[in-house]
Amino acid sequence: MNRIDTRFQQKKNNLLSIYFTAGFPHLNDTLGIIKQLDEAGVDMIEIGFPFSDPLADGPVIQQSSGKAIANGITLKLLFEQLKDVRQHTQIPLILMGYMNPVLQFGEKEFFRKCKEIDIDGVILPDMPLVYFESKLKTMVEENNIANILLITPETGTERIHQIDNLSKGFVYMVSSNSITGGNKTMDVQTDYFNKIKDMNLKNPTLIGFGIKNKETYENACKYSNGAIIGTAFIEHLKQHGTKKESIQTFIKNIRK
Amino acid sequence: MNHIKPDKYGYYGEFGGAFVPEMLYPNVKELQEHYEQIIQSDSFQKEFKSLLSDYVGRPTPLFFSKNLSAQFGAQIYLKREDLNHTGAHKINNAIGQVLLAKRLNKKRIIAETGAGQHGVATATVCALMNMDCTIFMGEIDIERQKPNVERMRILGAKVVAATSGSKTLKDATNEAIREWINNPVDTHYIIGSVVGPHPYPDLVAQFQSVISEEIKVQLKEKTGDEHPDYIIACMGGGSNAIGAFYHFIDNGKTKLIAVEAGGEGVNSGKTAATIALGKKGIIHGSKTYLIQTDDGQIIEPHSISAGLDYPGIGPIHAYLHDSGKAEVVNVTDQEALDAGFHLSKIDGIIPALESAHALAYLHKMTLKPSDVVVINLSGRGDKDMLTYQKFM
Ligand SMILES: Cc1ncc(COP(=O)(O)O)c(C=O)c1O
Repeated sequence: MNRIDTRFQQKKNNLLSIYFTAGFPHLNDTLGIIKQLDEAGVDMIEIGFPFSDPLADGPVIQQSSGKAIANGITLKLLFEQLKDVRQHTQIPLILMGYMNPVLQFGEKEFFRKCKEIDIDGVILPDMPLVYFESKLKTMVEENNIANILLITPETGTERIHQIDNLSKGFVYMVSSNSITGGNKTMDVQTDYFNKIKDMNLKNPTLIGFGIKNKETYENACKYSNGAIIGTAFIEHLKQHGTKKESIQTFIKNIRK
Repeated sequence: MNHIKPDKYGYYGEFGGAFVPEMLYPNVKELQEHYEQIIQSDSFQKEFKSLLSDYVGRPTPLFFSKNLSAQFGAQIYLKREDLNHTGAHKINNAIGQVLLAKRLNKKRIIAETGAGQHGVATATVCALMNMDCTIFMGEIDIERQKPNVERMRILGAKVVAATSGSKTLKDATNEAIREWINNPVDTHYIIGSVVGPHPYPDLVAQFQSVISEEIKVQLKEKTGDEHPDYIIACMGGGSNAIGAFYHFIDNGKTKLIAVEAGGEGVNSGKTAATIALGKKGIIHGSKTYLIQTDDGQIIEPHSISAGLDYPGIGPIHAYLHDSGKAEVVNVTDQEALDAGFHLSKIDGIIPALESAHALAYLHKMTLKPSDVVVINLSGRGDKDMLTYQKFM
């Protein structure tokens, strides 16, 4: 069984998943950040592999991606950095990034490598559903990888069911129609959150985009199984570094 | 003509598609479901054609250049898109898309621009149609195309500097797409070339196809045969090229030549010659050729002409190239500049630096006296005065 499913079986509420950009702030920070996040007690980790032109991302993730690329990160190098990650942690690990680097790496090889390292899930935000169904689904399933798909406040009911049916692991609820790091307030999304809650999807849900502190985290947890934090964590790494205390403090402030 | 229609998912062969995040899906889907029906409707066509003739000044002339013909030993015609209102072919698309946006009840228009021609065209049509207009332009392009920035402001548009990445056209496009994600309901994004997710390449191609529609009629009148031997057009994203090619694709006679920006040379590291260097990948929502690293990071392009300074090409052109239906070549910054100065001196036409790339290719052709060559003069050079001056 996939670690993501196990985690949702063990724990139904207040899950916390943290996104960070691989190779940022320094090229070889990747593994250290994973270990620290695990020790700080988060439930899942999303490792972003950078792309030069991240369409769905705001300035903070754009800049962390740009810096990571300048530092020399590549998908190939990231897999190298993660080679022995399972000797250190059993936390669910998800790779998140855009399609173009995956295409250049080779789709088949990408998923094979994920399996070899024992990655549990992938999030490829610019992968169309039809493309997934026709080209990638078999590959993903053969390697026992959870393909996690996004829904937004503008996603229609029928499509939400379609996405739920094609998803494994969880459904990623984008909190508002925005790029990452946005400041749209979450209270106006109550209708959307309630709608999804009432739909009783077959997958658990996590809410992401715009979750940045204890208050927004707790609000998201009221409507879903938990929340995802990205931009705020990267901002924190920039200001306070990647040491144990820094990461512990960030997580404690969310969950205190 | 079914060779240039994408399939229902927006693919031309293996190229195209709609690789967009879920946040953009409803917008793109709305366009996919309605564009064809709206564009084909009589009321749309009537309004579109009347604006093209009375507001833009179409048809644009097909000018027989005696001087170029004598020099190159062939019959050389210039399709004068530079004489359009606002100075380039870009307005054909801007009018079409603003009319489309109106019919989709959108209140606000956003667009990206490189040379500023698409931005000016969009701002112009928005002024005419009373639409709120925001244009994204790379910080570097704002510097090198100053007059166009001022024009957009006078026309009432807001110009926003794209400061991410290489600060040119690709980044302005990223910023416009991000703005669209943040404002999905009331905003229409007018992409300026045959790039982007389906249905953009098809709808922009349709709006630009008026160029070849006119060439056919004009050539028939002038030579008795509507099909030339060659059509040459410059290619950034490829909208003026597809417009000039559209009605000649697969006609069994006409050779279609798209000229990319070689920059300082295709092996100099400072180039925008996508076909010369590109590999298949995904940029701005569609699968096509693009200039990128082995790891799939997009490489910042270079061209002396801001409108060609783009690391990809439209998926239609990737398809036309791979299937041998069109040929893609390139010329350098210097060759384009020389051709621009030359046309100014011999014919009294100062071409846009983009269009000068198409002219420069004449030097690399072997022509016979009977060959009929049409060069798509996509725009005028007013916006390039600063650059021309530097090299005088
Ligand atoms: C005059 C002119 N020609 C050509 C282009 C290149 O665009 P496309 O390849 O879409 O025609 C531009 C773009 O700004 C332009 O202004």
